[in-house]
Amino acid sequence: MTSAESRTVEALTGSDWDYSPAPERTRPDIASEYGLFIDGEFKEPQSGKTFATTNPATGERLARISEAGEADVDAAMAAARAAGPKWARLKGRERGKYLFRLARRIQECARELAVLETMDGGKPIKESRDVDLPLAAQHFFYHGGWADKLQWAFAGRNVRPRGVCGQIIPWNFPLLMAAWKLAPALACGNTVVLKPAETTSLSALHLARLLQEIDLPPGVVNIVTGAGDTGRLVASHQAVRKVAFTGSTEVGRLIMQELAPREIPLTLELGGKSANIVFADAAIDQAVEGVVGGIWFNQGHVCCAGSRLLVEESILEPFVAALRDRMAQLRVGDPLDKNTDVGAINSREQLDRIRSLVAAGQEEGAILHDAQTDSLPEKGHWFPPCFFTGVQPSHIVAREEIFGPVLAVMTFRTPEEAIRRANTTPYGLAAGVWTDKGSKIFEIARRMEAGVVWCNTYNQFDAGSPFGGVKESGFGREGGLHGLRGYVR
Amino acid sequence: MHRPVDAVMLARRAASFTRRSIKADSKRAGLRLAVSMLDLTTLEGADSPELARALCRKAIQPIPQPIDPPVPSVAAVCVYPRLVPVVREALLGTDVKTASVATSFPSGQVPIDTRLAETEAALAAGADEIDMVISRGAFLAGRFDEVAAEVRAVKDVCGDAHLKVILETGELGTPDNIRRCADLVIEAATQGADVPDGAVFVKTSTGKVSPAATMPSVLLLLEAVRDHFRATGVRIGVKPAGGIRKSKAALHLLVMVRETVGPDWLCPQLFRIGASSLLDDLARQLLWTSRGHYAAMHDVAVT
Repeated sequence: MTSAESRTVEALTGSDWDYSPAPERTRPDIASEYGLFIDGEFKEPQSGKTFATTNPATGERLARISEAGEADVDAAMAAARAAGPKWARLKGRERGKYLFRLARRIQECARELAVLETMDGGKPIKESRDVDLPLAAQHFFYHGGWADKLQWAFAGRNVRPRGVCGQIIPWNFPLLMAAWKLAPALACGNTVVLKPAETTSLSALHLARLLQEIDLPPGVVNIVTGAGDTGRLVASHQAVRKVAFTGSTEVGRLIMQELAPREIPLTLELGGKSANIVFADAAIDQAVEGVVGGIWFNQGHVCCAGSRLLVEESILEPFVAALRDRMAQLRVGDPLDKNTDVGAINSREQLDRIRSLVAAGQEEGAILHDAQTDSLPEKGHWFPPCFFTGVQPSHIVAREEIFGPVLAVMTFRTPEEAIRRANTTPYGLAAGVWTDKGSKIFEIARRMEAGVVWCNTYNQFDAGSPFGGVKESGFGREGGLHGLRGYVR
Repeated sequence: MHRPVDAVMLARRAASFTRRSIKADSKRAGLRLAVSMLDLTTLEGADSPELARALCRKAIQPIPQPIDPPVPSVAAVCVYPRLVPVVREALLGTDVKTASVATSFPSGQVPIDTRLAETEAALAAGADEIDMVISRGAFLAGRFDEVAAEVRAVKDVCGDAHLKVILETGELGTPDNIRRCADLVIEAATQGADVPDGAVFVKTSTGKVSPAATMPSVLLLLEAVRDHFRATGVRIGVKPAGGIRKSKAALHLLVMVRETVGPDWLCPQLFRIGASSLLDDLARQLLWTSRGHYAAMHDVAVT
């Protein structure tokens, strides 16, 4: 046998094996109209106004939601105030029982709630099922545990609840953000008026149904739906003793101005332009994974999204190649398909904003690399995962929060330069550091101007771990012992 | 070149493949693909010629009942050297390969000359493929050259016969070691020769040590193979073995292959699964997809 013959192995057969559609078939029981949840009951809005909520992946209308006007917010505040003293006097372990009961109900209804979250918000069912719902339940379990241990949480102090809390939450993790806000407030004995985002009210309203099922005393939690005007009414209401807001820096600033003359404690969790710093000595495949999860998780609708990537110059080329290969594996499309990695953009407005910022990036000369642009569904709001190379720190895509699946890739040569570039932003929510060297991790992490620094990982969330920002990303913490502080006096 | 690995994110990525939902046509095709990639294995002291012949029948025709479309034969039957002549004869005229473990499987703890002689004997008896073990002791002691030399020596003895190198990932201790070992083995086995696609495999485990083919360890091998392909254009095969008993685990492996090295590797020439009882579960699942109800174990297990 000649060597040429010996080398003719059988032709490789390969395979075009792919995943069949795997649609989630559970359907939650969605009503055609939802009232406002005030004093333990769903009530018609006195404003007489309603608005539609739609599925961003299909454009289909899901339900009509009530818009709370001044009289409605007044009623919610009055109910919260009336329920306050009794709820505050309740023994901690009794309050804890309600939270544990709620956490278990969330687990029992996890599938329906996950589907609801996906239908109303556009996020992949895989994420709502594996991230949003388990974490939401965990927050209630965790804070249920604190309810009767506040004297240990605040040693040497006899803490009391603040009273009525006005809480305003965003559309990117609707149910999870409701859990982040409600759980510590209730554990500490406060009552709440919660306003969900107008594009994603449904999961909070279904949470209200669970509150009825667990017999939470009426008025302890009130949920008023509506847009920015309703939010302003909640934040500026005379009855509130504490305001917590998660959303844009722009709105956060307005709330702060509004409350400036009053002595109302405020927690703001605002925007970000977080940096992932990848050193040449990092575990590259795992760093790629972290960068992918950092920016393309939840379509990039994540306040702590790692939207700036700083790569050590010597590994730029292989890293970008690996990132491109990995991006090509992301399955974009029907959020209810269990194999979908990237779902629909939450709203038309957000899609327009992403488009205009990406166009600005191209005009400024950055190079766009995107994935799977041809097979996106026709209806609904879609934007393919993408990243820019050739980005300068002064470019719009490197400075502005895009809140979409768009990554800006830049380089650095020394740790000093990495730190300087990472900190050159008005924001300070999160950062990621990727290196195999422990000493470098501690040095960089210490010098990051960010509320959270993840080392060799990204997007790790836990009810016991405080989350929040510095600089224009806000102040105050949510989760852990730190998160309780905002809800006691 | 040392490529560090971070265990936390490695585990997170490996787990992500198990979150894919493989249903309907995809499941039917995936189960058949998995059957075609099997190295049906028996490596027990009590193995007998009769048992080997029964295994070969099962290898050629994994499901005795009629099923549409037909189920392919497995890729190979893997036995100890003594049973190679029996397997060779039983598989004559079929596409199923005869694979033999060698080099003092599973520990490798005998002199290199003996290990090479064993390899020669297995090849002389008709083995198409050799599954060798490396000296884990030498690797863990940092004597990388010794490991490279033994891989090279066995590869030379193998000639055109395919070589699968077992790292025994369960004994290597850390993901860093697994990756370093995979790179070292690939480098040694392909050094100085024009290695055709699929002539060399890296294999996780002997099946005698736990943990065996965990998702993270297989992912490390796939990444090493992917990086070698990017650098040289040569396709090295990957074979997880040990502890893979359920169809679902096999489908997860296919997902990992597809999303890590790409669809080229989704064939028996480049991806094998070393297992024994897995075939019974694949058969039951396949019968389920065609009949709509599960077969009893006594309907499928025929060895």
